[in-house]
Amino acid sequence: MADLTLRQIKKSYGAVNILHGIDLDIKSGEFIVFVGPSGCGKSTLLRTIAGLEEITSGELKIAGEIVNDVPPSKRGIAMVFQSYALYPHMTVYDNMAFGMKIAGESKSEIDRRVKQAAEILQLTKYLDRLPKAMSGGQRQRVAIGRAIVRNPKVFLFDEPLSNLDAALRVATRIEIAKLKESMPQTTMIYVTHDQVEAMTLADRIVVLKDGRVEQVGTPMELYHHPGNLFVAQFIGSPAMNIVPATIEKAGASTSISITGGLKADVPVATPADAAGTSISFGARPEDLCLATGDAVLFEGKVDYVEQLGEVQLVYLDIGRPDSPLVVKLPGNAPVKRGEVLKVDADPGTLHIFNAEGRSFAREAASAIAA
Amino acid sequence: MANARGKSFLAKFGVHLAVLVFVIIWTIPTLGILVSSLRDKDQIIASGWWNAFSSSTQTEAGRLPSPETQVEKDGSFVIEGNIFGDGPARAVSAFGLRSAAPTQYPAGEAADLSDGVTLIINEDGSFVLTSPVAFEGTRGQRIYYASSAPPRFTTENYETVLFSEGIGRSFINSLTVTVPATIIPIMIAAFAAYALAWMRFPGRALIIATIIGLLVVPLQMALIPLLQLYNNVALFFGVPSKTYLGIWLAHTGFGLPFAIYLLRSYMAGLPKELMESARIDGASDFEIFLKIVLPLSFPVLASFAIFQFLWVWNDLLVAMVFLKTDASELVLTAKLNALLGSRGGDWEILTTSAFVTILVPLAVFFSLQRYFVRGLLAGSVKGG
Repeated sequence: MADLTLRQIKKSYGAVNILHGIDLDIKSGEFIVFVGPSGCGKSTLLRTIAGLEEITSGELKIAGEIVNDVPPSKRGIAMVFQSYALYPHMTVYDNMAFGMKIAGESKSEIDRRVKQAAEILQLTKYLDRLPKAMSGGQRQRVAIGRAIVRNPKVFLFDEPLSNLDAALRVATRIEIAKLKESMPQTTMIYVTHDQVEAMTLADRIVVLKDGRVEQVGTPMELYHHPGNLFVAQFIGSPAMNIVPATIEKAGASTSISITGGLKADVPVATPADAAGTSISFGARPEDLCLATGDAVLFEGKVDYVEQLGEVQLVYLDIGRPDSPLVVKLPGNAPVKRGEVLKVDADPGTLHIFNAEGRSFAREAASAIAA
Repeated sequence: MANARGKSFLAKFGVHLAVLVFVIIWTIPTLGILVSSLRDKDQIIASGWWNAFSSSTQTEAGRLPSPETQVEKDGSFVIEGNIFGDGPARAVSAFGLRSAAPTQYPAGEAADLSDGVTLIINEDGSFVLTSPVAFEGTRGQRIYYASSAPPRFTTENYETVLFSEGIGRSFINSLTVTVPATIIPIMIAAFAAYALAWMRFPGRALIIATIIGLLVVPLQMALIPLLQLYNNVALFFGVPSKTYLGIWLAHTGFGLPFAIYLLRSYMAGLPKELMESARIDGASDFEIFLKIVLPLSFPVLASFAIFQFLWVWNDLLVAMVFLKTDASELVLTAKLNALLGSRGGDWEILTTSAFVTILVPLAVFFSLQRYFVRGLLAGSVKGG
């Protein structure tokens, strides 16, 4: 129901700049996830959209209207907080009805909408309870219900699952996904530091770092075509292996020599003048496999093995003691500590980044996105 | 492990022992006042309150019936009767004829008065005065006797102090001072505390610092300037200077810094998300205060109410300065003080008045004390 447009949004507390000019276009009905490490400004960005923080400079439009100075309640938004923020002295019903009562809606209308929201979230039999008599998952459902009742154009979630235990987190995540499906017109913005939530829920992910947007794209774009080193290492677990390398031959396909001796051909175009420059070479642990033929990407001694059952994480010593190469192998692969392994990868899954950390595949990625 | 358990047992034992000691130290005097206030006034003087349940022995003076009641019997003149008359029976243990030796003769033994006159007072109080010649004069013989009386409990003392000693009136006066002097500062402080905790405005930090500073201003220092100011204001408006309104304002002023400080720290500790959530729900500051913060602050409001109520109820100084000393405005503490001077020896009056005075603080504390321990916040946020 509502597009959001952010233009050069800046936020600073005194001399400290938190957001350095965020530009973002969010289409109506999209599920957007802000993700990034702690302190990257993702929650602040969400709170500026909600109107809980003032915008220092820039322009925020919701449904085409500039809302910089519009109070939160008039922006057509609803927010779900990490700590639930339920009113502890009110019953579930009163919690959900609070906003409508303030707005002076009629009793019958309040009743109808609260009951409807309770139905969706299976809270009907808890309506008379106080929040303290409910479990964490139920409380979070009440918080979501409170947001639904407001019938918002934009739904804001601030790390809503962080306080739940692992099993409940998965269940509630699925509930949120279903909720989004049932409200296809409602724009949702979701802040998390958990990349699983980001990958599973998002239509598009916004990766933030130090108050700047690093990359915006669908989960698969970010995974397959990270725009820079930060995104490459942030998305995916365990993080992508990055090793220094030098370009030997630039062109439509690039030949590189990895520091340590081995060579590789990466099917990524590089400008002709890039030959001889130092770059970073990246390979995801799950893209690496045991070498079967002569082609070998890395060779090293097994330093440590983490057996997870389904898979095992093998740490290879490739001559860089601080950063071993992580390889994700099937759980049944016979790997022993101390043994020397040769690993290889499908060239299509390899990444190279220039000295500034920008991905050479960037053009290709944006081409795919378009 | 065993060692640790032994230690904790010792620690627990110590704590319980300490609690017990404190309870005893605090309870026994209160109990003493209560028991004394319920006893007969003569018995209070005769024995301590811890003997209240056993008979008390007291020495009294009396006079036998006048010689007109004498009868001639077997050649002697006899006066008979009971020294207690129709009153409740008591046991006489000894009697005497001179105030210097009030228990010279054990009960039942004959005392020789001179000229052949003998007096026997039996344990039940019956007496026989015998003389070979007729008694003369119109006044009966003066006697002294030690009698033990069974314990007697009565509410007479309460009737006396409440209705004839003026404690009842002072009780009303104290309530008239205390109730508004508790409610007014709470109402003002709650608003101020919310604003200082949750609203952003220039000079907020300065105001908070000033309030903290005011916490340490001694009351005695401000008392007279305040009274002068108030007198001038009263003069300007042409109203009497010593009124209940004056003392309400004075107590409000003296109570406010602490009230604002206490309430502000509590309200500032409420989860920020609650206010933000309410703001997104469209609530104004006033609505947030009224519908969210105030209900959640009930425990701290209650605990401040207890503090302020007790402090105002027990206050003597401010009341002496700001109220008249006639019956219409004399508060309990001042009345007690006056009684100490005028009725200093009448323990039944003093203990009863004292107990009437502590009744209200006790009731206030017991009715509100659960708010000290109960947290209303349970369930609002994770782990709450």
